[in-house]
Amino acid sequence: MTLVLSQLFTGISIGAVLLLIALGLSLTFGQMNVINMAHGELIMVGAYTVYVLQQVISGAGWSLLIALPVAFAVAGLIGVLLEVSLIRRLYLRPLDTLLVTWGVSLLLQQLARDVFGAPNVQTRAPEILTGSIRITDDLAISSSRVFILVLALAAVAAVTLVLRTTPLGRRIRAVVQNRDLAAVSGLATGRIDRLTFFIGSGLAGIAGVALTLIGPIGPAMGTNIIVNAFLVVVVGGIGQLKGTVIVAFVLGVLQSMVEYTTTTSVASVIVFVTIVAFLQWRPQGLFTLRTRSLA
Amino acid sequence: MLSFEDVHAGYGRSVVLHGVSLSVPADGVAAVLGHNGAGKSTLLRAAIGLLTPRSGRILLDGDDITGLAPHDRVARGMAYVPQGQQSFPHLTTAENLQLVADGRRDGRAAMAESLDLFPALKDLLPRRAGLLSGGQRQQLALARALITRPRLLLLDEPTEGIQPSVVAEIEQTILSLAARGGLSVLLVEQHVGFALRAARTYHVLEAGRVTSTGDGGADAEPRVRRALTV
Repeated sequence: MTLVLSQLFTGISIGAVLLLIALGLSLTFGQMNVINMAHGELIMVGAYTVYVLQQVISGAGWSLLIALPVAFAVAGLIGVLLEVSLIRRLYLRPLDTLLVTWGVSLLLQQLARDVFGAPNVQTRAPEILTGSIRITDDLAISSSRVFILVLALAAVAAVTLVLRTTPLGRRIRAVVQNRDLAAVSGLATGRIDRLTFFIGSGLAGIAGVALTLIGPIGPAMGTNIIVNAFLVVVVGGIGQLKGTVIVAFVLGVLQSMVEYTTTTSVASVIVFVTIVAFLQWRPQGLFTLRTRSLA
Repeated sequence: MLSFEDVHAGYGRSVVLHGVSLSVPADGVAAVLGHNGAGKSTLLRAAIGLLTPRSGRILLDGDDITGLAPHDRVARGMAYVPQGQQSFPHLTTAENLQLVADGRRDGRAAMAESLDLFPALKDLLPRRAGLLSGGQRQQLALARALITRPRLLLLDEPTEGIQPSVVAEIEQTILSLAARGGLSVLLVEQHVGFALRAARTYHVLEAGRVTSTGDGGADAEPRVRRALTV
């Protein structure tokens, strides 16, 4: 029983990481249909933000806390810069967008190598997040994993709240559902695209901050992440936040359960095969949002 | 109020409008009549800025607006109700209206005014627009357009595909809006009788060209029908 519970929690925490890295993408790719291959590098930007802040601020706890808004802003601004300079000119040309943003991804990786060096860098985790929380005598969960879970859920709640209740959220949803009708209803669709991109990219920065607690920070970290992020959004269904949330946790738990009975590599293979089979059965993903455009 | 000067426009390689010139009088209804594929909808899309003409100019109150984005045209007092009872299907009726009212100083009052014109919508506010009937969605579309308090309303076949009981109601609303003053309407219609009753001037569009123009009114109907059957 303890074993199942501990595997379950491991799965949920893998899911929380998947959710964080996919959440921003579910806005830029899921809502706006932009294939941004540099999304992983925006996550890297968030992670390096922690590293840079720790050179200035000595307290690990404070630096992590301050890193959250700073990483959101920095990654968001880089995202907007990317949207304004390149992606905006390539709307409706997904293949070109893919190639161009892949180029940007390589460029940002090289930039990171030049500035911070090729080897991975280390950050300090705040003391409060280094231990673990003992649940029963033989079940303990690491505090950093709990922190990531809370952060992921808070981010989802914030995004949902913004989309559901604010004027900006209404505008974002309207542009997604019927871009031309939004334009003729008086909405400046270009500006709304930029804001959506800012939020989506900013969320990548937040994910980067969280990843410093559990893994190495290096120029290539984005590459390892991007595939999983796209998988979660595609399987969840384009344009559906709830799909992203459910699929992140299901994949996380699946990975951890299969991993326990086999090995990490075999588990990855099994999870991938499951995804491929699922997409054969439901190519549109778990949930779909039907949109109509102006005839 | 609004005039087209030798406008050529189309999609990709195909040209739909071949040099259209016409104007909408201030405080009046101009009807554009014509068969399917004559370019009526294209004309309205060019007017609101969803489509950029290849050549020619579009003027609003004498200002060249040919290059303006749709939202800038809305800010200048234009509103457009596209064909097919379009809405934001996953937004509620209230959100569909609120969306346009947001950020407008008079938004709240304008929204209430719009709802007074279409009281049937008041009971449907929490319902998702995608679940409304065609007639209800068209009323929503008109209400949404009126929240911006337009001086010029572009209507693309407002009664097409709507159950007959609602058609009369929508026609009545359009007639009373046009009679209220301060509002010009460019009305695209298949329904010749209604269009001419509402219109001060009419233009017959055939294969992307204006082939006849005249004063509206019920007695214009035989002439227009003849022009349309040729």
